[in-house]
Amino acid sequence: MGSTLPVQVTAIAQRSVLRTVRQPAVLISALLFPMMFFAINAYGLDAAARIPGFPADSYLDFAFAFPLIQASLFGAVTAGADLARDIESGFFDRLSLTPMRPVSLLLGMLAGIVALGLLQGVVFLAVGTLMGVDVRSGFFGMVVIVALTVLVALGFGGIGAILAIRTGSVEAVESAFPLFFVAIFMSSINLPRDLIEADWFRFIATINPISYLVEGIRSLVITGWDAQALTLGFGCATAIVVLALGGAAASLKTRVA
Amino acid sequence: MGRKGGIEVEDLVREFRKGPRAVDGISLRVEPGEVYGFLGPNGAGKSTTVLMLTTLLPPTSGTARVAGYDIVKEGPQVRASIGAALQEAALDQFLTGRDHLRLQGALHGLPRANRRKRCDELLERVGLSQAADRRVRGYSGGMKRRLDLALALVHQPSILFLDEPTTGLDPQSRSALWAEVSQLAREDGVTVFLTTQYLEEADVLADRVGIIDKGRIVVEDTPEALKAEIGRPSVEATPMNPGEREAMVRTLGRFGEEIPTQHGAVAVRLDQGAGGLADVVRALDAEDLKVSNLRLDEPSLNDVFLEKTGRSLEGAGETRAEEAQT
Amino acid sequence: MGGFFWVAGAVAGRQIYKYFTNPAFLAPAFFPIFFFVAFAGGLTRVGDVPGFDYSGGYIAFQYVWALLQAVAMGGAFTGFSIAGDFENGFARRLLLAASNRSGIILGYTIASLVRVTTTGALVTVIALIAGMPVSGGFDFFGLIGLAVLVNVAATLFGAGVAMVMRTQQAGPVIRTPIFMVLFLAPVFVPLNLLRGWIETIARLNPFTTILDAARGFLAGEPTSAFLAYTIGLALVLVFAVWALYGLRRAEKAG
Repeated sequence: MGSTLPVQVTAIAQRSVLRTVRQPAVLISALLFPMMFFAINAYGLDAAARIPGFPADSYLDFAFAFPLIQASLFGAVTAGADLARDIESGFFDRLSLTPMRPVSLLLGMLAGIVALGLLQGVVFLAVGTLMGVDVRSGFFGMVVIVALTVLVALGFGGIGAILAIRTGSVEAVESAFPLFFVAIFMSSINLPRDLIEADWFRFIATINPISYLVEGIRSLVITGWDAQALTLGFGCATAIVVLALGGAAASLKTRVA
Repeated sequence: MGRKGGIEVEDLVREFRKGPRAVDGISLRVEPGEVYGFLGPNGAGKSTTVLMLTTLLPPTSGTARVAGYDIVKEGPQVRASIGAALQEAALDQFLTGRDHLRLQGALHGLPRANRRKRCDELLERVGLSQAADRRVRGYSGGMKRRLDLALALVHQPSILFLDEPTTGLDPQSRSALWAEVSQLAREDGVTVFLTTQYLEEADVLADRVGIIDKGRIVVEDTPEALKAEIGRPSVEATPMNPGEREAMVRTLGRFGEEIPTQHGAVAVRLDQGAGGLADVVRALDAEDLKVSNLRLDEPSLNDVFLEKTGRSLEGAGETRAEEAQT
Repeated sequence: MGGFFWVAGAVAGRQIYKYFTNPAFLAPAFFPIFFFVAFAGGLTRVGDVPGFDYSGGYIAFQYVWALLQAVAMGGAFTGFSIAGDFENGFARRLLLAASNRSGIILGYTIASLVRVTTTGALVTVIALIAGMPVSGGFDFFGLIGLAVLVNVAATLFGAGVAMVMRTQQAGPVIRTPIFMVLFLAPVFVPLNLLRGWIETIARLNPFTTILDAARGFLAGEPTSAFLAYTIGLALVLVFAVWALYGLRRAEKAG
């Protein structure tokens, strides 16, 4: 007697969700901290909207992508750390002794990330709107924002999973967090690329895929429907997801006998 | 041997990149329905063997068939036939006992309708019905072990692997687990492969014991046969006057070979068996040697280990072996 | 008094030894340097905003904040270290052995200062490499003096929390208020360019005065120097009392 893939994934996903719901502190931090940083960042840099050539009327609108990207990162590191903890504690071995296909563990973990990403997207949009963020692309644009955010979360999650599976160490996964954080900042998250003065910084921002993720989300807020930005944004996000999940699945094969 | 519930191991070896072979050519057979005890000190290779037999670690060389399936080539079939409670009671702190059982049941493909019933059954069986809906974080060591056992039984395996199931448990929890394992074997016909460093555990539970040291099986037989091989009981005397210890050694030495014992006492293995005790008492009396303590000891598995390896299992197991004596 | 300084010296010596035998001692410098690179590298155009009138330029503007952040985080990390010492039992031995226990606090403070000279120097070197101009009127001692006060205040704050809580849970309790104080200030733009609630909070934040004065020292145009030093010394005094309170609590707990 064995179980089917959908049953396995559902069981693992249910567990992920249960775990998250039972750690309210983590859930609240995941929602609260990105919003707090956003508030400080957006209002602190409000004056930047007056830079000649700035593409938006308010810095608040411009910076709205920031909490969404940052929250996706937190979610991915947390999920990766949970997976690493399972490996470290031997829970992974326990699950390996069942007919569970290793890929189900991965998919179940990702299901948890998607759920959290959806929640964060909806909450941040609600709070942002209350704060005065004006989403030019309207309600449908908000739906697309949530979709892109979830995709970004999946991509980061896949990278977190690779780290977890390869290192099997919670500490190693969590110490990757500063590196992700750096990658987010070395992008066009704070200023549009054409307003970055330092050549070397602009160069890094141009080759950093996170810039395109940010610009995709941002375009829906400050421009409306920008085909190029959306294509690049979704394209980058999809590429990251495919590479990361492929890498995670391959890493899983080498871990399980 | 049929496909049902036995274990056959042939020259199993496991090498790690740095250091000696953890398992150095082990061969054994466990018949279906048997309780086999794998006894040895820390680092002997017990857990490594279990990891290989449960397909969690590939062997470097050698073969093994569990429930009739090859551990390397037929992994999934092996896993479907076995349940394992490994050394780390690997549980998720945020889930309840019932959550764990439901998850395990789902992964094993138990139809939803039966899942609840099976969970309740198992919880009742291991005595966790009351605590079923509490998070595992609040469970005691004994409770975690019991849950571990329940999880291993969800899919009614024909073979159960238990890796040091009672290490660190209080005597009460230990007895409860022993009772449960005995019942599984006697009534449900489950084959049990048990590793332990507790002599008492092997003695009480196992139909046959394999003693392992430094990656090799040193000796293998029923506990009674092993002890009978060593055979003779020993007498231990503690002189009331420590200065008379030498004299006591000479006196007792007439009745058998001296064996190591605790500081200050003298012990010999009686050539004539338990009947020689009376002669010993008379001899001590004749030499006017007073004793503060006199004891007759039946041979133990530790004596077997000592005889075969020259080391004491109890010393090698540190304080854990002392716990086993209480 | 002999006991007081002797104890301080012993504690400081041990801490300093720990730092220099473990590369992780540079850890408090990571975020300040990172933010400096990210902000000074990516946000220089903010210096073009009408009303941005800091004569040192945007890189120097960010450097001062990065430096003060580094010294403040150095103090926080010392707090983590003390909490760790309590959790692993070392602190208890210290309390038993020390003839004058207040010396323990001084010892940790000295060690913290020694560490931030290294991390602070690192941040400065990076800023110079990034092309930060150093103007003629640069008041080195004015700037360093404020940095020292910030570090000592942060160390004493962290020490107090660590000694009251005596577990690793003290970490977030030390880190979060310091982070908030550092960020709810004129980080990206001068105070005159802030609007709304953040302007209000920044005005009330004592760190803002210190930050402004420090920037003034660097640019050779000291502003509110006296007020900044007064605030700095007041913070040191307040947190010294707090640290001593923490010490008494730790002693009572045994």
